[in-house]
Amino acid sequence: MNAPLTLKDYETDQEVRWCPGCGDYAILKTIQKYMPTSGISKENTVFVSGIGCSSRFPYYMNTYGFHTIHGRAPSIATGVKLANPELDVWVITGDGDGFSIGGNHMIHVLRRNVDLQIILFNNEIYGLTKGQYSPTSKVGTRSPSTPDGSIDAPLDPCSFAIGAGAQFVARSIDTEAKHLTPILERAHQHRGASFVEIYQNCPVYNDGNFDYVKDKKTAADSRLVLEHGKPMLFGADNQKGIRLNLNTLALEVVTLGEDGVTEADILVHDEGNKVIAQMLTGLESGKFPEPIGVLYCAETRKAYTEEVYDQRIAVREARGPANVNDLLRSGHTWTVS
Amino acid sequence: MSVVEDMRSQAEEAKVLDGVVVRFAGDSGDGMQLTGNNFTEATALYGNDLATFPDFPAEIRAPAGATFGVSAFQIYFGADDVTTPGDATDVLVAMNPAALTTNLKDLVDGGLIIVDTDAFTDKNLVRAGYTANPLDDGSLDNYRVLPIDITKQVLEAVKPYGLSHKFGVRCKNMWTLGLTMWLFDRSRDAAIAGLKKKFAKAPDIADANIAAINAGHAYGETAELPTGIEVYKVPRANVEPGLYRNTTGSEALSYGLVAGGQLAELPIVFASYPITPASALLHTLSGLKQFDVVTFQAEDEIAAACAAIGASFAGSLGVTSSSGPGIALKAEAISLACATELPLVVVNTQRGGPSTGLPTKTEQSDLNQSIYGRHGDTPMPVIASSTPTDCFDVAIEAVRLATQFSTPVLLLSDGYLANASEPWKVPDFDEYEHFPVKHETNPEGFSPANRNPETLARVWAKPGTPGLEHRIGGIERDFVTGDISYEPANHHKMTMIRKQKIDGIAKFIPDQKVDQGNDTGKLAVVGWGSTYGAIHQAVKRARAEGKDVSHIHIRYMWPMPANLEALLKGFEKVLIPEMNTGQLVNVIRAKFLIDAKALNKISGQPFKIREIEAEIKAQLEGN
Repeated sequence: MNAPLTLKDYETDQEVRWCPGCGDYAILKTIQKYMPTSGISKENTVFVSGIGCSSRFPYYMNTYGFHTIHGRAPSIATGVKLANPELDVWVITGDGDGFSIGGNHMIHVLRRNVDLQIILFNNEIYGLTKGQYSPTSKVGTRSPSTPDGSIDAPLDPCSFAIGAGAQFVARSIDTEAKHLTPILERAHQHRGASFVEIYQNCPVYNDGNFDYVKDKKTAADSRLVLEHGKPMLFGADNQKGIRLNLNTLALEVVTLGEDGVTEADILVHDEGNKVIAQMLTGLESGKFPEPIGVLYCAETRKAYTEEVYDQRIAVREARGPANVNDLLRSGHTWTVS
Repeated sequence: MSVVEDMRSQAEEAKVLDGVVVRFAGDSGDGMQLTGNNFTEATALYGNDLATFPDFPAEIRAPAGATFGVSAFQIYFGADDVTTPGDATDVLVAMNPAALTTNLKDLVDGGLIIVDTDAFTDKNLVRAGYTANPLDDGSLDNYRVLPIDITKQVLEAVKPYGLSHKFGVRCKNMWTLGLTMWLFDRSRDAAIAGLKKKFAKAPDIADANIAAINAGHAYGETAELPTGIEVYKVPRANVEPGLYRNTTGSEALSYGLVAGGQLAELPIVFASYPITPASALLHTLSGLKQFDVVTFQAEDEIAAACAAIGASFAGSLGVTSSSGPGIALKAEAISLACATELPLVVVNTQRGGPSTGLPTKTEQSDLNQSIYGRHGDTPMPVIASSTPTDCFDVAIEAVRLATQFSTPVLLLSDGYLANASEPWKVPDFDEYEHFPVKHETNPEGFSPANRNPETLARVWAKPGTPGLEHRIGGIERDFVTGDISYEPANHHKMTMIRKQKIDGIAKFIPDQKVDQGNDTGKLAVVGWGSTYGAIHQAVKRARAEGKDVSHIHIRYMWPMPANLEALLKGFEKVLIPEMNTGQLVNVIRAKFLIDAKALNKISGQPFKIREIEAEIKAQLEGN
């Protein structure tokens, strides 16, 4: 019996080349630490990435890995799963890779429900190309390509994912292993496409972008930690909560004890409620806390590759054994003597 | 003897040499492709050699009677060595004025025209650009015209089945098929069996269509037709004994991929995105789930290429397919496969370009794209199929090269090969040599950069293999360890070894053979791809006249066979007919410093035999 694996077993001999202080280091450590507990052997684990800072990730994981081309990791990973559905495949992507150049593939990998863990390192900036704004950058982001501030509205990756038909959507934070680890575990256990957005700090081009959520002093007020079956309470003493206003069909922040509000008025998080999940992803930053945790998890559909192979088995049973000579002689034939 | 009768007798004499060319033409909704396919099947069963050319518009259902909506199907059948669908038409079936006006130019003098008079209405005549009815104004006097009110005949024939007028009229194509079958003494059995199968759930429709075929046939037998109508008796071809079937290039290519996977002993993942005229591969392969083939209709061309690459990384053979514009989209991904040295087969069913170009027409203008169309120094093998049946063997060869040399391979077909059909002496698959792939399993001394010393193929270790965990990617890799490397000398070395590997494939492919004629001489006509049939016949005719000309047809476009340069240099002149502006000519000139001459045709139509024949003559006279 081999000794149980540890974090060290998942490290490679490659020098990690992210900038000092990059949030990617923390995510790497968290994933390396999680892997020995994942129940999957190293040889059956595959990390696939596109292009960008985060996409260097596979070089640092001592599993199988493929650093591919910009935006296409979901497609490559789909091919890996089609060839061998037994493999445990992780896709590592960034906001530019996954939602700009690769946006189309992201839609389709999610709607098909390919059994992958898709981990988005969202730093709201292009790092490797030196700091241009990204499709998730807030309006007004000053960057080399938007010296006077960006104009176009950002997209919300979790909202996008739910809209595309993702069956598992979660959000976490780079440096908070305690929160991130169980999210990774949930994503891993989910059959089908699991989408995890991680707020990731870029210390060089977008430093402090997520401080409003990460700062321990303000965190209680600025984040809404979602837990299935628990009321959506936040604030230093859990005095604030999220209520569904039935007149406007919108979410609102209320304070317990004010205007007769009691805990019974507070929404209870139900991971299976897609409508509420979509509302949570659309909450306006600043006015509302940032929801983190599992936003949405449906357990209704089989994963794509399972369906592909089920269909194949059914066809094979119906048609019997396959033989190329028979195939060549199918249809109308005639003999010349 | 009148001029027309004289021409007629000439045409009758000509048929003995060339066989007969029949062209069915009508609106795109008239079912001409179906008619042609049925007639082809009956002709094959009769025992003629044959070649077909479906020629249809890009519009699915163009407005009725429009010239741009004319869909045609041409078949050439004869007693001997048919390799093209024929230069000129002997019999034209024209279902309306538009079909007549667009196809008349190819009809031989004295040729037979069968028309549906019911469709020659004022409205249709105007749409087709006629100011007078050609059936009445003497403009068809050089031909024999068989005007029949087919619509009336059909409606009469299908009356007992209670079909609406609309559905009744739809049986017109089957009536015409019946008449044409009578004309050439073909059996109706296969067509009738096919209709019964196709309309198993709607027996009324099946019966009506069968009645239409029978009525058309009976019309030929009983109606008083002008004299000389049964001139077309085409003797059976003297073909090699064996079991035969018809096949299109797309079908043969699909089967070849399945066969290649079995010979490599590898599952195949075929990922594609619909595009004309390449989609037939996806259609055929998705119906073959009983084999080790998984098909995937991706969201776009790039995703299709990437999924195929992912599948190859995981240990299957990834195959992707498209036509010119789609291949352009896949280019970056193909370069990734070149860089990471993963097996991949890329099929390009070429069409008229650039851009949307002529989606349903044929062309050979993607040779440059195939050989050179990637960023960086990224050579990869390019092979081309020359006939519909050749697609089977070329597909197997693509699988062999991809898996034995850890490289993407570009397989060139084209719109003509994809859709055209010909009889195929069905090969015995048990006689094909296996080239089993052995994935690496031994961790001792393993590096993802390891190579086979003979072929230079990179080691193929698939995920799931204990102890061989490794990373690959698009960043340049170290020659020894496979780790990422920006080292200048290493990049030079890696670029060169990738090139050497591809160049070295020349040692593992057969020498170039001469298809027809001597190994040296005055003129070599060098072709590639679907020009095979026309060049073959043109050279045959020229040689029959005593001309010193040979035919060389290249399958291995890159790298080229090792003996090709010396072979070509044994000829005083080299002529290269191509359906492009001279792409192979440029390759031959650049590689071998041979002053090859071009014969170009970029009309979306295959070469005619006489076009090549004339150029052979011109080249030899120019000596």
